[in-house]
Parts: sequence; C-alpha cells; structure tokens
Amino acid sequence: MQQSTNIWFELGQLLKQLVLELTGMPWLASLAQTLLGIVGIFAVVMLAALILVYLERKVCAWMQMRVGPNRLGPFGIFQSVADALKLLTKEDIRPAQVSGKMWALAPVLMFMVVIITYAVIPFDAGVIFADLNIGIFFFVAVSAQTTLPLLMAGWSSNNKYSLVGGMRTVAQMISYEIPLVFSILGVVMITGSMKMSDIVKAQESIWFIVTQPVAFVVFVIAATAECNRAPFDLVEAESELVAGPFVEYSGMRFAYFFLAEYASLVASSCIAATLFLGGWHGPWLPGWIWFFLKVSAMIFLFMWFRWTFPRIRVDQLMAFGWKFLLPLSVANIIVTGVGLWLFFPLS
Amino acid sequence: MEVNTEKQSQQDLPALSPLAQLLGTDSVILTTVEQVLGWAQTHSFWPLTSGLACCALEMMATGAGRFDLARFGYEVFRPSPRHADVLIVAGTLTWKMAPPLVRLYEQMPENKWVIAMGSCAIGGGPFVDSYSVVPGVDKLLPVDVYIPGCPPRPEALIHGMLTLKEKVMAAKKRGGKP
Repeated sequence: MQQSTNIWFELGQLLKQLVLELTGMPWLASLAQTLLGIVGIFAVVMLAALILVYLERKVCAWMQMRVGPNRLGPFGIFQSVADALKLLTKEDIRPAQVSGKMWALAPVLMFMVVIITYAVIPFDAGVIFADLNIGIFFFVAVSAQTTLPLLMAGWSSNNKYSLVGGMRTVAQMISYEIPLVFSILGVVMITGSMKMSDIVKAQESIWFIVTQPVAFVVFVIAATAECNRAPFDLVEAESELVAGPFVEYSGMRFAYFFLAEYASLVASSCIAATLFLGGWHGPWLPGWIWFFLKVSAMIFLFMWFRWTFPRIRVDQLMAFGWKFLLPLSVANIIVTGVGLWLFFPLS
Repeated sequence: MEVNTEKQSQQDLPALSPLAQLLGTDSVILTTVEQVLGWAQTHSFWPLTSGLACCALEMMATGAGRFDLARFGYEVFRPSPRHADVLIVAGTLTWKMAPPLVRLYEQMPENKWVIAMGSCAIGGGPFVDSYSVVPGVDKLLPVDVYIPGCPPRPEALIHGMLTLKEKVMAAKKRGGKP
C-alpha cells in the first residue's frame, strides 16, 4: 500500500511488474499477484499445520515431563511428515449408512472455511490479501461457519456419537460466538473502524491488551472454545463420544479435519495478535517477524491451556458462557463507552 | 574410490539397475515408493485405545513419563477404530467380549496390525482351561507380534512395537505383504 518496505510486499509488486512487462496486460498482472497471495496463504497454512502437529506433541511431552517424539530426524522434527504420509496410505472406508455427498463434502468445506478467514489477516504492513473495511466482521462471520461442516459431518455419518458431537458444536458455537464478538467490539469502539490495517495502526503507541485487558481474557477463552480445544473440546470428547463428528472418517478425510483444526488455531492466534498485541508493530525487527513471534506466543498459550486444564462438562460450559463471559463482555463494552465519552468527548 | 570397489567385490552385490549405475550409489538416495511409505507407516503406529484387562495398565504406563512411548511416535492412542493402525490386545479375551473385539478389528482401515500382549492374549494364560476365555486371540485375529509376560513390562511393549516396525519394513524391502 504505502511506504511499505517489507520483502513480502516487494515480492508481490515485483511479480506484478514482471508479468506486466512480459505480457503488457494489466489484468494478467493483477491476476498473478492474486494467485501469489493465494499460494502464499496455502503455503503458510499447510506448513503451520504440519509444524503445529509436531509442536503440540512436543509441548504436551514437556508439560508431562516426557521427551516427546525424538526418533525421526533431529528432535523428531519429521514426525508429522511420517504421520501425514501414513494417513495418505490408509484405506478410505465409507460406511454403508452414511449419506454420501454431505459426508464427503464436510471435510473439504471445513478446510475451505478456515482458509477463507486468512484473507483478512494482516501479516505485515500491506501484506494482507483483502483489506476489507469490515475486516474483523468478515473474520467473525466466516469463522462461525466452521459449525456447519461439523454438523454436516456429525449428522451425515449416521452414528449416534457423531450426531451428539455435531449438535454440541452448534450449542457451543452459539454460547461462545456472542462473548467473542462483544469482546472484539471494545477494540472496534476505540479504533472507530473494523478495517484490520486501521486496528493495527491504532496500536502504534499502546497495545490494546493494556487498554482492553478484560476483552483480551474473554477473547482468549472464547477463541479456545471456538477452536474446539481443551478444556472446551466437548465436540470430540474422547471419553464420552468416541471422536465426535470424526468417528467415521478414516485416512485423508480425517486428516483434513485435523489440518483445519490447526489452521483455525493459527487463525485465532493471528486475530488475537492483531487485535490485542499490536499486530506487526515492534522495535528493531521487521514487522512480519514481530507478527510471527506474537502469533507463536499465542499458540503456545493455547497449547498450555490444552495440556493444563481437564475437560469440563457440557452444562458447565453453557453456564460459564452465558452467565459469566457474556455479562463480563457486556460490562466491558459499557465501561469502554463511558471511558471514551469521558476522555474523548468529541472524537 | 578404491574402498568402494573393494567393498563391492567382497560382498558380491547383485547387479545394479541402470539408473543406479548412471547416478552412482553413494551420492544419491535411491529407494522405492513402498519403502518410503513403509518408513511413514512404521514410524507412526497409532494404537487403538482398547484395554481388556490388567495388561492395559502396563500399556498406559508405557505412554506415561517414565517409559514414554511418544519417543517413537507411537503415543497417539486413537479412540475411533477408523483412525487406528495397531490393535493391541492387552489382556484376557473372553468369548463374550470376542465379537466386539473382532468387530473393532474389522472397522479399522487397511494397513492394520495386531499385537497380542500378555499370556492371556497369546494363549489364554492361567485361564486357558476356563469355559469362558478364548485360548489365544490368534484363534480370531491375525496376530503379527506376540509379547510374552504376565503382564509384560512397558519395555517389552516398546520392544514389541519396534519388532512390528522391523517386520513391516522387512516385508517392504522384500516387496511382499507383511
């Protein structure tokens, strides 16, 4: 966009220039730039998912005073490569009772929905696929759609465990999406814009985690529930519902869900870093490295939750969402409004 | 160069393929798809969470901190048979439990293996004369690896899984079925 000096933005511009010089067709140049963005996002998501599967097992091992995978390559870094290859070779079982198209479509849809949310994530100044003026609203609206593929998977599997799992997704999403949106609203009120780049620019002097600590806590809790991670992983609660909506999926179909789960974890961490940790802002280092560090810290926080807290019951989850998080986030909005009215009466 | 020729003459190697002759054997890794897939499969056995009796407690201990099955990448105990690779029959199998266990085995997708853990799973153990105990799960399932013991120690289970890995890799190198 403007005054961007980072290499990723320059790379995109270089490609655009190159195609323009070679073909002389502006539409082809912008098409090439768009495709580069899509390929870049796919590369980021796939790599992140592969690395996170390994990292999750390592972090889990450290928290439980174990060693974790260490046989494949140095420190076992090729463990998730072996897992992915193995899942590719597994037999593709399609049970007789499933309702075909819905069942086959659910994993693909799940992955697509998560990928779409990456369109509005600002990785660095100017490095954002689509800087919509309703950016954060777009993210919330699209990421809430992860409910539908899970419900589709649960219902079309024709299995009692998966159906209960699918229904739980919906119940969980309704009770956690509202506090999530309300916690974001505090940030939007201060910024006065839903555009992602504006939200990051507003944090040049002070991060919103300082001015909106309550909103940050509510957001992190609600995002944990939205990613279906422990202590809120009631959707695939192993001890009650064998594997929730994923019960009947084998091999690569299951791997798609796995991939989407980690991709949505990365997306939620990116949004947390953008809204509350100042996005790409930071001294000395280039912006994208700062963003990477902040996202890594958020991912570690989510993993820390997962291996520290036990799974809670479904009624406790509902009560916590509706009776505690929702009033807290509404109170945060009121306090933020009063504060804005007191200190910035005219803006 | 000299060392290489010496080695080849000593070991009486089979004739190299044209590709290997062209590229040389010491600079390029030549392998088959089967072996790569075998490498992947043998390094990520995901066992099914299925404990029948006291051997299951040793199986749990294997996953915990002191023995740490995770080092080999085998700690992903999957609750659903659709995601699992290895069925560890850990404990006494009764005739009443036999149909569900066989069903669980049938629900697992292909490239699946069975490990019989402990005396009861191998041959009925101390209950071999009982009217209710299956005298060895190999009456019902194709067992790949037998782990003796009553119950086997966690080290024995780890050794059993590594033996399974060697068995699968040997079959992949030979080019047949395990």
